[in-house]
Amino acid sequence: MDLRLSGIAHRYGDLTAIERVDLTVGSGETVVLIGPSGCGKSTLLGIAGGLLAPGAGRVETAGAAPAGCLNPLTYVFQDFALLPWRTVEGNVALALEHHPLTASERAERVDAALALTGLREFALVYPKQLSGGMRQRVGLARAVVVRPAILLLDEPLSALDAQTRELLMADLLAIWERERTTALYVTHNLAEAARLGDRVVVMSRRPGRIKDTLAIDLPRGARERPEHAAAMADLQARLWRLIEDEARVAEREVADG
Amino acid sequence: MAESAPRPVAFRGGGFQPSPRRWAPWLAFAAILGLWQAASAAGMLPSLFMPSPVEIGRALGSLAASGDLGRHLGASLYRIGLGWTLGAAAGLAVGLAMGLWSMARAVGIPVVSALFPIPKIALLPLFILWFGIGEPSKVATIALGTFFPTVVSAFGAVDNVPRNLIRMAQSFGLPVAEIVRKVVLPGALPGVLSGFRISASIALILVVAAEMIGAEFGVGAYILLTGNLMQIDRLLAGVVVLSLLGLAIGAILGRVEAWLLRWR
Repeated sequence: MDLRLSGIAHRYGDLTAIERVDLTVGSGETVVLIGPSGCGKSTLLGIAGGLLAPGAGRVETAGAAPAGCLNPLTYVFQDFALLPWRTVEGNVALALEHHPLTASERAERVDAALALTGLREFALVYPKQLSGGMRQRVGLARAVVVRPAILLLDEPLSALDAQTRELLMADLLAIWERERTTALYVTHNLAEAARLGDRVVVMSRRPGRIKDTLAIDLPRGARERPEHAAAMADLQARLWRLIEDEARVAEREVADG
Repeated sequence: MAESAPRPVAFRGGGFQPSPRRWAPWLAFAAILGLWQAASAAGMLPSLFMPSPVEIGRALGSLAASGDLGRHLGASLYRIGLGWTLGAAAGLAVGLAMGLWSMARAVGIPVVSALFPIPKIALLPLFILWFGIGEPSKVATIALGTFFPTVVSAFGAVDNVPRNLIRMAQSFGLPVAEIVRKVVLPGALPGVLSGFRISASIALILVVAAEMIGAEFGVGAYILLTGNLMQIDRLLAGVVVLSLLGLAIGAILGRVEAWLLRWR
Protein backbone atom coordinates (compact mmCIF):
# COMPACT_ATOMS: atom_id res chain seq x y z
CA MET A 1 0.00 0.00 0.00
CA ASP A 2 1.31 3.48 -0.90
CA LEU A 3 1.17 6.46 1.42
CA ARG A 4 0.84 9.85 -0.28
CA LEU A 5 1.19 13.19 1.45
CA SER A 6 0.46 16.21 -0.73
CA GLY A 7 0.91 19.87 0.15
CA ILE A 8 0.92 19.20 3.88
CA ALA A 9 1.18 22.27 6.10
CA HIS A 10 0.56 22.64 9.80
CA ARG A 11 0.60 25.44 12.34
CA TYR A 12 0.59 25.46 16.13
CA GLY A 13 -0.94 28.87 16.85
CA ASP A 14 1.40 31.43 15.29
CA LEU A 15 4.13 28.85 14.76
CA THR A 16 4.39 27.25 11.35
CA ALA A 17 5.57 23.70 11.99
CA ILE A 18 5.43 22.30 8.46
CA GLU A 19 5.18 24.02 5.11
CA ARG A 20 4.21 22.39 1.80
CA VAL A 21 5.45 18.84 2.25
CA ASP A 22 4.89 16.38 -0.58
CA LEU A 23 6.01 12.85 0.07
CA THR A 24 5.09 9.45 -1.31
CA VAL A 25 6.12 6.21 0.32
CA GLY A 26 5.78 3.37 -2.15
CA SER A 27 4.39 -0.02 -1.35
CA GLY A 28 6.90 -2.07 0.63
CA GLU A 29 9.29 0.87 0.82
CA THR A 30 10.88 2.23 4.00
CA VAL A 31 11.34 5.97 4.05
CA VAL A 32 13.26 7.44 6.95
CA LEU A 33 12.55 11.02 7.90
CA ILE A 34 15.38 12.92 9.58
CA GLY A 35 15.82 16.55 10.46
CA PRO A 36 16.80 18.88 13.29
CA SER A 37 14.80 19.06 16.52
CA GLY A 38 11.48 20.82 16.10
CA CYS A 39 11.40 20.49 12.32
CA GLY A 40 8.00 18.83 12.39
CA LYS A 41 8.94 15.18 11.75
CA SER A 42 6.64 13.81 14.42
CA THR A 43 3.93 16.29 13.43
CA LEU A 44 4.15 15.00 9.87
CA LEU A 45 3.91 11.42 11.13
CA GLY A 46 0.88 12.34 13.25
CA ILE A 47 -0.77 13.86 10.20
CA ALA A 48 0.13 10.83 8.08
CA GLY A 49 -1.58 8.55 10.58
CA GLY A 50 -4.68 10.68 11.02
CA LEU A 51 -3.90 11.63 14.61
CA LEU A 52 -3.43 15.29 13.71
CA ALA A 53 -5.55 17.23 11.26
CA PRO A 54 -3.33 19.01 8.73
CA GLY A 55 -3.71 22.77 8.31
CA ALA A 56 -3.54 22.18 4.59
CA GLY A 57 -2.92 19.29 2.23
CA ARG A 58 -4.09 15.74 1.80
CA VAL A 59 -3.10 12.33 3.07
CA GLU A 60 -4.08 9.35 0.96
CA THR A 61 -3.35 5.69 0.74
CA ALA A 62 -3.48 3.69 -2.46
CA GLY A 63 -3.35 0.01 -3.21
CA ALA A 64 -4.62 -3.06 -1.46
CA ALA A 65 -4.01 -3.81 2.18
CA PRO A 66 -2.53 -7.22 2.99
CA ALA A 67 -4.89 -10.08 3.79
CA GLY A 68 -6.18 -9.90 7.36
CA CYS A 69 -5.19 -6.25 7.78
CA LEU A 70 -7.25 -4.69 10.59
CA ASN A 71 -5.56 -1.32 10.89
CA PRO A 72 -3.89 -0.18 7.67
CA LEU A 73 -1.95 2.71 9.23
CA THR A 74 -0.37 1.55 12.47
CA TYR A 75 1.88 3.44 14.85
CA VAL A 76 4.88 2.42 16.87
CA PHE A 77 5.49 4.98 19.59
CA GLN A 78 8.75 6.35 20.96
CA ASP A 79 7.63 5.90 24.57
CA PHE A 80 6.03 2.51 23.83
CA ALA A 81 2.57 3.68 25.00
CA LEU A 82 1.85 0.42 26.83
CA LEU A 83 -1.01 0.10 29.29
CA PRO A 84 0.75 -0.64 32.58
CA TRP A 85 -2.30 -2.47 33.99
CA ARG A 86 -2.33 -5.00 31.17
CA THR A 87 0.04 -7.87 30.67
CA VAL A 88 2.14 -8.15 27.52
CA GLU A 89 -0.54 -10.38 26.02
CA GLY A 90 -3.28 -7.93 27.08
CA ASN A 91 -1.44 -5.00 25.52
CA VAL A 92 -1.06 -6.83 22.23
CA ALA A 93 -4.67 -8.04 22.30
CA LEU A 94 -5.96 -4.49 22.88
CA ALA A 95 -5.50 -3.73 19.19
CA LEU A 96 -7.84 -6.62 18.28
CA GLU A 97 -10.56 -6.41 20.89
CA HIS A 98 -12.89 -4.12 18.96
CA HIS A 99 -12.69 -6.22 15.79
CA PRO A 100 -15.13 -9.04 15.10
CA LEU A 101 -12.71 -11.93 15.57
CA THR A 102 -13.38 -15.22 17.28
CA ALA A 103 -11.52 -15.92 20.50
CA SER A 104 -9.32 -18.48 18.74
CA GLU A 105 -8.51 -16.11 15.86
CA ARG A 106 -7.57 -13.47 18.39
CA ALA A 107 -5.43 -15.87 20.40
CA GLU A 108 -3.72 -17.11 17.23
CA ARG A 109 -2.86 -13.61 16.10
CA VAL A 110 -1.55 -12.61 19.53
CA ASP A 111 0.51 -15.76 19.77
CA ALA A 112 1.99 -15.22 16.31
CA ALA A 113 2.87 -11.60 17.10
CA LEU A 114 4.48 -12.60 20.39
CA ALA A 115 6.45 -15.33 18.65
CA LEU A 116 7.60 -12.93 15.92
CA THR A 117 8.92 -10.47 18.50
CA GLY A 118 10.39 -13.06 20.86
CA LEU A 119 7.90 -12.37 23.63
CA ARG A 120 6.08 -15.67 23.97
CA GLU A 121 7.52 -16.49 27.36
CA PHE A 122 6.71 -12.98 28.63
CA ALA A 123 3.03 -13.10 27.67
CA LEU A 124 1.78 -12.84 31.24
CA VAL A 125 4.29 -10.29 32.46
CA TYR A 126 3.41 -6.65 33.16
CA PRO A 127 5.28 -3.86 31.32
CA LYS A 128 7.00 -2.62 34.49
CA GLN A 129 8.75 -5.98 34.73
CA LEU A 130 10.33 -5.54 31.28
CA SER A 131 13.39 -3.67 30.06
CA GLY A 132 13.02 -0.78 27.61
CA GLY A 133 13.93 -3.01 24.69
CA MET A 134 11.38 -5.62 25.65
CA ARG A 135 8.73 -2.96 26.09
CA GLN A 136 9.35 -1.73 22.58
CA ARG A 137 9.06 -5.32 21.38
CA VAL A 138 5.60 -5.29 22.91
CA GLY A 139 4.92 -2.10 20.96
CA LEU A 140 6.07 -3.88 17.81
CA ALA A 141 4.00 -6.97 18.57
CA ARG A 142 0.94 -4.77 19.10
CA ALA A 143 1.63 -3.18 15.71
CA VAL A 144 2.16 -6.39 13.75
CA VAL A 145 -0.82 -8.17 15.33
CA VAL A 146 -3.18 -6.07 13.20
CA ARG A 147 -1.19 -6.93 10.04
CA PRO A 148 -0.68 -3.32 9.05
CA ALA A 149 -0.21 -2.13 5.50
CA ILE A 150 1.81 0.90 6.58
CA LEU A 151 3.87 1.25 9.74
CA LEU A 152 4.43 4.72 11.14
CA LEU A 153 7.36 4.62 13.53
CA ASP A 154 8.05 7.66 15.70
CA GLU A 155 11.64 7.35 16.93
CA PRO A 156 10.93 3.84 18.15
CA LEU A 157 14.49 3.13 19.24
CA SER A 158 15.50 6.50 20.68
CA ALA A 159 14.68 5.58 24.28
CA LEU A 160 16.88 2.47 24.12
CA ASP A 161 20.56 1.87 24.77
CA ALA A 162 22.91 1.25 21.84
CA GLN A 163 23.04 -2.54 22.19
CA THR A 164 19.30 -2.92 22.46
CA ARG A 165 18.92 -0.60 19.50
CA GLU A 166 21.11 -2.89 17.39
CA LEU A 167 19.07 -5.93 18.36
CA LEU A 168 15.78 -4.24 17.63
CA MET A 169 17.00 -2.86 14.32
CA ALA A 170 17.78 -6.41 13.23
CA ASP A 171 14.33 -7.52 14.37
CA LEU A 172 12.64 -4.63 12.56
CA LEU A 173 14.45 -5.50 9.35
CA ALA A 174 13.42 -9.14 9.70
CA ILE A 175 9.78 -8.14 10.24
CA TRP A 176 9.80 -5.78 7.26
CA GLU A 177 11.38 -8.40 5.03
CA ARG A 178 8.80 -10.93 6.08
CA GLU A 179 5.71 -8.76 6.04
CA ARG A 180 6.74 -6.44 3.18
CA THR A 181 5.21 -3.56 5.11
CA THR A 182 5.44 0.01 3.88
CA ALA A 183 7.12 2.12 6.56
CA LEU A 184 7.59 5.79 7.37
CA TYR A 185 10.22 6.01 10.09
CA VAL A 186 11.15 9.14 12.03
CA THR A 187 14.52 9.34 13.77
CA HIS A 188 17.28 11.68 14.90
CA ASN A 189 19.83 8.95 14.53
CA LEU A 190 21.78 9.07 11.26
CA ALA A 191 23.19 5.56 11.67
CA GLU A 192 19.67 4.21 12.12
CA ALA A 193 18.50 6.14 9.05
CA ALA A 194 21.35 4.75 6.96
CA ARG A 195 20.74 1.19 8.16
CA LEU A 196 16.98 1.04 7.79
CA GLY A 197 15.88 3.31 4.96
CA ASP A 198 15.39 2.65 1.28
CA ARG A 199 15.27 6.42 1.08
CA VAL A 200 16.21 9.04 3.63
CA VAL A 201 14.23 12.26 3.48
CA VAL A 202 16.00 15.21 5.12
CA MET A 203 13.82 17.98 6.50
CA SER A 204 14.86 21.58 7.02
CA ARG A 205 14.57 23.35 10.35
CA ARG A 206 11.21 24.90 11.25
CA PRO A 207 9.09 25.48 9.30
CA GLY A 208 9.81 21.95 8.14
CA ARG A 209 10.16 21.37 4.42
CA ILE A 210 11.79 18.56 2.50
CA LYS A 211 15.36 19.68 1.92
CA ASP A 212 16.77 16.66 0.17
CA THR A 213 16.23 12.96 -0.44
CA LEU A 214 18.90 10.28 -0.57
CA ALA A 215 18.18 6.88 -2.05
CA ILE A 216 20.25 4.07 -0.54
CA ASP A 217 20.99 1.27 -2.94
CA LEU A 218 22.93 -0.98 -0.56
CA PRO A 219 21.08 -4.20 0.35
CA ARG A 220 19.18 -3.37 3.54
CA GLY A 221 19.88 -6.51 5.52
CA ALA A 222 23.61 -6.42 4.79
CA ARG A 223 24.57 -2.83 5.48
CA GLU A 224 26.30 -3.64 8.75
CA ARG A 225 28.76 -5.97 6.97
CA PRO A 226 32.41 -4.84 6.84
CA GLU A 227 32.45 -4.57 3.04
CA HIS A 228 29.82 -1.83 3.24
CA ALA A 229 31.47 0.04 6.10
CA ALA A 230 33.06 2.72 3.91
CA ALA A 231 29.86 3.29 1.90
CA MET A 232 27.83 3.53 5.11
CA ALA A 233 30.30 5.97 6.67
CA ASP A 234 30.15 8.07 3.51
CA LEU A 235 26.35 7.97 3.56
CA GLN A 236 26.21 9.12 7.17
CA ALA A 237 28.71 11.89 6.46
CA ARG A 238 26.51 13.09 3.58
CA LEU A 239 23.46 13.04 5.80
CA TRP A 240 25.29 14.98 8.48
CA ARG A 241 26.45 17.59 5.95
CA LEU A 242 22.84 18.03 4.89
CA ILE A 243 21.60 18.43 8.40
CA GLU A 244 24.49 20.07 10.30
CA ASP A 245 23.78 23.75 9.63
CA GLU A 246 20.05 23.25 10.11
CA ALA A 247 20.67 21.45 13.42
CA ARG A 248 22.95 24.27 14.68
CA VAL A 249 20.39 26.97 13.90
CA ALA A 250 17.54 24.83 15.30
CA GLU A 251 19.50 24.27 18.52
CA ARG A 252 19.89 28.05 18.98
CA GLU A 253 16.20 28.56 18.25
CA VAL A 254 15.32 26.02 20.94
CA ALA A 255 17.74 27.66 23.39
CA ASP A 256 16.28 31.11 22.63
CA GLY A 257 12.84 29.71 23.30
CA MET B 1 49.16 16.06 42.04
CA ALA B 2 52.47 15.43 43.85
CA GLU B 3 53.52 11.78 44.37
CA SER B 4 52.50 10.60 47.86
CA ALA B 5 51.45 7.46 49.72
CA PRO B 6 48.08 6.07 48.56
CA ARG B 7 45.15 7.06 50.73
CA PRO B 8 41.85 5.19 50.89
CA VAL B 9 38.86 7.07 49.51
CA ALA B 10 36.39 7.58 52.34
CA PHE B 11 32.81 6.40 51.75
CA ARG B 12 30.50 9.40 51.76
CA GLY B 13 27.45 8.16 49.94
CA GLY B 14 25.42 6.91 52.93
CA GLY B 15 22.12 8.12 54.36
CA PHE B 16 19.04 9.64 52.74
CA GLN B 17 17.70 6.16 52.07
CA PRO B 18 14.72 5.33 54.26
CA SER B 19 14.65 1.67 55.26
CA PRO B 20 11.83 -0.13 57.07
CA ARG B 21 12.03 -0.49 60.87
CA ARG B 22 9.14 -2.81 61.66
CA TRP B 23 9.66 -2.79 65.41
CA ALA B 24 10.00 1.00 65.74
CA PRO B 25 6.30 1.99 65.70
CA TRP B 26 5.40 -0.72 68.25
CA LEU B 27 8.23 0.37 70.46
CA ALA B 28 7.16 4.01 70.15
CA PHE B 29 3.55 3.14 71.07
CA ALA B 30 4.71 1.04 74.00
CA ALA B 31 7.02 3.81 75.20
CA ILE B 32 4.29 6.48 75.02
CA LEU B 33 1.75 4.27 76.83
CA GLY B 34 4.35 3.20 79.39
CA LEU B 35 5.36 6.79 80.17
CA TRP B 36 1.72 7.85 80.32
CA GLN B 37 0.85 5.00 82.71
CA ALA B 38 3.90 5.73 84.87
CA ALA B 39 3.04 9.45 85.04
CA SER B 40 -0.55 8.56 86.05
CA ALA B 41 0.65 6.10 88.67
CA ALA B 42 3.00 8.75 90.09
CA GLY B 43 0.08 11.16 90.39
CA MET B 44 1.53 13.56 87.83
CA LEU B 45 -1.63 13.35 85.70
CA PRO B 46 -4.94 13.89 87.55
CA SER B 47 -7.25 10.96 86.80
CA LEU B 48 -10.27 13.27 86.45
CA PHE B 49 -8.83 15.10 83.46
CA MET B 50 -6.34 12.61 82.05
CA PRO B 51 -7.05 8.98 83.03
CA SER B 52 -4.35 6.37 82.60
CA PRO B 53 -4.22 3.98 79.63
CA VAL B 54 -5.36 1.16 81.93
CA GLU B 55 -8.45 3.13 82.99
CA ILE B 56 -9.25 3.95 79.37
CA GLY B 57 -8.81 0.25 78.51
CA ARG B 58 -11.23 -0.68 81.28
CA ALA B 59 -13.76 1.89 80.04
CA LEU B 60 -13.42 0.47 76.56
CA GLY B 61 -13.95 -3.05 77.90
CA SER B 62 -17.12 -2.10 79.76
CA LEU B 63 -18.36 -0.18 76.71
CA ALA B 64 -17.97 -3.32 74.65
CA ALA B 65 -19.43 -5.62 77.30
CA SER B 66 -22.55 -3.48 77.77
CA GLY B 67 -23.33 -3.61 74.06
CA ASP B 68 -23.14 0.20 73.80
CA LEU B 69 -20.04 0.00 71.63
CA GLY B 70 -21.95 -1.95 68.99
CA ARG B 71 -24.88 0.46 69.09
CA HIS B 72 -22.73 3.60 68.82
CA LEU B 73 -20.34 2.13 66.29
CA GLY B 74 -23.19 0.69 64.23
CA ALA B 75 -24.92 4.08 64.05
CA SER B 76 -21.69 5.82 63.00
CA LEU B 77 -20.85 3.16 60.43
CA TYR B 78 -24.33 3.38 58.93
CA ARG B 79 -24.01 7.17 58.54
CA ILE B 80 -20.48 6.96 57.14
CA GLY B 81 -21.40 4.09 54.82
CA LEU B 82 -24.49 5.74 53.41
CA GLY B 83 -23.11 9.29 53.30
CA TRP B 84 -19.77 8.29 51.83
CA THR B 85 -21.34 5.97 49.25
CA LEU B 86 -23.74 8.68 48.08
CA GLY B 87 -21.13 11.44 48.09
CA ALA B 88 -18.36 9.37 46.51
CA ALA B 89 -20.64 7.89 43.83
CA ALA B 90 -22.02 11.30 42.84
CA GLY B 91 -18.55 12.88 43.08
CA LEU B 92 -17.09 10.13 40.93
CA ALA B 93 -19.75 10.61 38.26
CA VAL B 94 -19.32 14.40 38.21
CA GLY B 95 -15.50 14.22 38.35
CA LEU B 96 -15.32 11.69 35.51
CA ALA B 97 -17.73 13.79 33.45
CA MET B 98 -15.55 16.85 34.03
CA GLY B 99 -12.48 14.90 33.01
CA LEU B 100 -14.08 13.53 29.87
CA TRP B 101 -16.26 16.32 28.48
CA SER B 102 -15.20 19.89 27.84
CA MET B 103 -18.66 21.33 28.59
CA ALA B 104 -18.86 19.54 31.96
CA ARG B 105 -15.36 20.80 32.72
CA ALA B 106 -16.17 24.38 31.71
CA VAL B 107 -19.24 24.40 33.96
CA GLY B 108 -17.85 22.21 36.73
CA ILE B 109 -14.51 23.83 37.50
CA PRO B 110 -15.84 27.25 38.59
CA VAL B 111 -18.78 25.71 40.48
CA VAL B 112 -16.59 23.21 42.33
CA SER B 113 -13.92 25.85 43.02
CA ALA B 114 -16.56 28.11 44.57
CA LEU B 115 -18.23 25.44 46.73
CA PHE B 116 -15.28 23.21 47.67
CA PRO B 117 -13.77 25.55 50.31
CA ILE B 118 -17.00 25.84 52.35
CA PRO B 119 -16.60 23.84 55.59
CA LYS B 120 -19.45 21.39 55.11
CA ILE B 121 -20.24 21.11 58.79
CA ALA B 122 -21.32 24.76 58.59
CA LEU B 123 -24.22 23.56 56.43
CA LEU B 124 -25.51 21.06 59.01
CA PRO B 125 -27.94 23.58 60.60
CA LEU B 126 -29.30 24.25 57.12
CA PHE B 127 -29.68 20.52 56.45
CA ILE B 128 -31.44 20.12 59.80
CA LEU B 129 -33.92 22.79 58.69
CA TRP B 130 -34.36 21.05 55.35
CA PHE B 131 -34.32 17.40 56.40
CA GLY B 132 -35.04 17.48 60.14
CA ILE B 133 -32.85 16.50 63.08
CA GLY B 134 -32.79 12.77 62.18
CA GLU B 135 -30.57 10.73 59.93
CA PRO B 136 -31.01 12.52 56.58
CA SER B 137 -29.34 15.76 57.72
CA LYS B 138 -26.30 13.87 59.04
CA VAL B 139 -26.03 11.67 55.97
CA ALA B 140 -26.40 14.73 53.72
CA THR B 141 -23.56 16.52 55.54
CA ILE B 142 -21.27 13.52 55.07
CA ALA B 143 -22.35 13.05 51.45
CA LEU B 144 -21.71 16.70 50.62
CA GLY B 145 -18.39 16.66 52.48
CA THR B 146 -17.17 13.63 50.53
CA PHE B 147 -18.65 14.73 47.21
CA PHE B 148 -16.28 17.62 46.52
CA PRO B 149 -12.94 15.92 47.25
CA THR B 150 -14.09 12.97 45.14
CA VAL B 151 -15.00 15.31 42.27
CA VAL B 152 -11.59 16.99 42.45
CA SER B 153 -9.65 13.73 42.64
CA ALA B 154 -11.64 11.98 39.88
CA PHE B 155 -11.35 14.99 37.58
CA GLY B 156 -7.61 15.25 38.25
CA ALA B 157 -7.16 11.52 37.79
CA VAL B 158 -8.81 11.54 34.36
CA ASP B 159 -6.92 14.66 33.40
CA ASN B 160 -3.63 12.99 34.34
CA VAL B 161 -4.13 9.88 32.22
CA PRO B 162 -1.17 10.08 29.83
CA ARG B 163 -2.39 11.45 26.51
CA ASN B 164 -0.03 9.16 24.61
CA LEU B 165 -2.08 6.17 25.81
CA ILE B 166 -5.24 7.76 24.43
CA ARG B 167 -3.49 8.55 21.14
CA MET B 168 -2.28 4.97 21.00
CA ALA B 169 -5.81 3.66 21.41
CA GLN B 170 -7.05 6.11 18.77
CA SER B 171 -4.30 4.99 16.41
CA PHE B 172 -5.69 1.46 16.59
CA GLY B 173 -9.18 2.73 15.88
CA LEU B 174 -10.73 1.94 19.27
CA PRO B 175 -14.18 3.52 19.60
CA VAL B 176 -14.53 6.32 22.17
CA ALA B 177 -16.48 4.17 24.64
CA GLU B 178 -13.75 1.50 24.50
CA ILE B 179 -11.05 4.13 25.02
CA VAL B 180 -12.88 5.37 28.10
CA ARG B 181 -13.43 1.84 29.44
CA LYS B 182 -10.04 0.34 28.61
CA VAL B 183 -7.69 3.29 28.86
CA VAL B 184 -9.12 6.29 30.69
CA LEU B 185 -10.89 4.59 33.58
CA PRO B 186 -8.10 2.15 34.49
CA GLY B 187 -5.57 4.95 34.04
CA ALA B 188 -7.56 7.18 36.39
CA LEU B 189 -8.05 4.47 39.01
CA PRO B 190 -4.96 5.25 41.15
CA GLY B 191 -6.02 8.89 41.48
CA VAL B 192 -9.63 7.94 42.18
CA LEU B 193 -8.58 5.54 44.94
CA SER B 194 -6.34 8.19 46.51
CA GLY B 195 -9.37 10.46 46.50
CA PHE B 196 -11.42 7.75 48.22
CA ARG B 197 -8.87 7.63 51.03
CA ILE B 198 -9.14 11.37 51.53
CA SER B 199 -12.93 11.40 51.36
CA ALA B 200 -13.15 8.49 53.83
CA SER B 201 -11.09 10.50 56.33
CA ILE B 202 -13.37 13.48 55.79
CA ALA B 203 -16.42 11.26 56.32
CA LEU B 204 -15.02 10.18 59.68
CA ILE B 205 -14.49 13.79 60.77
CA LEU B 206 -17.94 14.83 59.61
CA VAL B 207 -19.78 11.92 61.23
CA VAL B 208 -18.35 12.84 64.62
CA ALA B 209 -19.23 16.50 64.17
CA ALA B 210 -22.72 15.70 62.88
CA GLU B 211 -23.39 13.27 65.73
CA MET B 212 -22.55 15.96 68.26
CA ILE B 213 -25.70 17.78 67.13
CA GLY B 214 -28.87 15.93 68.02
CA ALA B 215 -27.92 12.26 67.90
CA GLU B 216 -28.78 9.60 70.48
CA PHE B 217 -26.35 7.01 69.15
CA GLY B 218 -23.03 7.29 67.38
CA VAL B 219 -19.43 7.58 68.54
CA GLY B 220 -19.59 11.38 68.26
CA ALA B 221 -22.74 11.48 70.38
CA TYR B 222 -21.11 9.16 72.95
CA ILE B 223 -18.02 11.39 73.18
CA LEU B 224 -20.17 14.50 73.66
CA LEU B 225 -22.32 12.78 76.32
CA THR B 226 -19.37 11.44 78.30
CA GLY B 227 -17.67 14.84 78.09
CA ASN B 228 -20.76 16.52 79.51
CA LEU B 229 -20.77 13.96 82.35
CA MET B 230 -17.02 14.44 82.98
CA GLN B 231 -16.44 10.71 82.27
CA ILE B 232 -13.09 11.36 80.69
CA ASP B 233 -12.03 7.68 80.65
CA ARG B 234 -15.13 6.88 78.58
CA LEU B 235 -14.63 9.96 76.42
CA LEU B 236 -11.09 8.81 75.61
CA ALA B 237 -12.36 5.27 75.02
CA GLY B 238 -14.61 6.82 72.35
CA VAL B 239 -11.59 8.59 70.87
CA VAL B 240 -9.72 5.27 70.77
CA VAL B 241 -12.69 3.73 68.94
CA LEU B 242 -12.51 6.55 66.37
CA SER B 243 -8.80 6.03 65.95
CA LEU B 244 -9.29 2.28 65.42
CA LEU B 245 -12.15 2.99 63.02
CA GLY B 246 -9.90 5.31 60.98
CA LEU B 247 -7.17 2.69 60.94
CA ALA B 248 -9.63 -0.02 59.87
CA ILE B 249 -11.05 2.11 57.05
CA GLY B 250 -7.52 2.95 55.91
CA ALA B 251 -6.52 -0.72 56.02
CA ILE B 252 -9.58 -1.82 54.03
CA LEU B 253 -8.99 0.84 51.37
CA GLY B 254 -5.31 -0.11 51.33
CA ARG B 255 -6.22 -3.74 50.63
CA VAL B 256 -8.68 -2.74 47.91
CA GLU B 257 -6.05 -0.46 46.39
CA ALA B 258 -3.36 -3.14 46.50
CA TRP B 259 -5.68 -5.60 44.76
CA LEU B 260 -6.98 -3.24 42.10
CA LEU B 261 -3.55 -1.77 41.42
CA ARG B 262 -1.62 -5.02 41.62
CA TRP B 263 0.03 -4.18 38.30
CA ARG B 264 2.00 -1.34 39.92
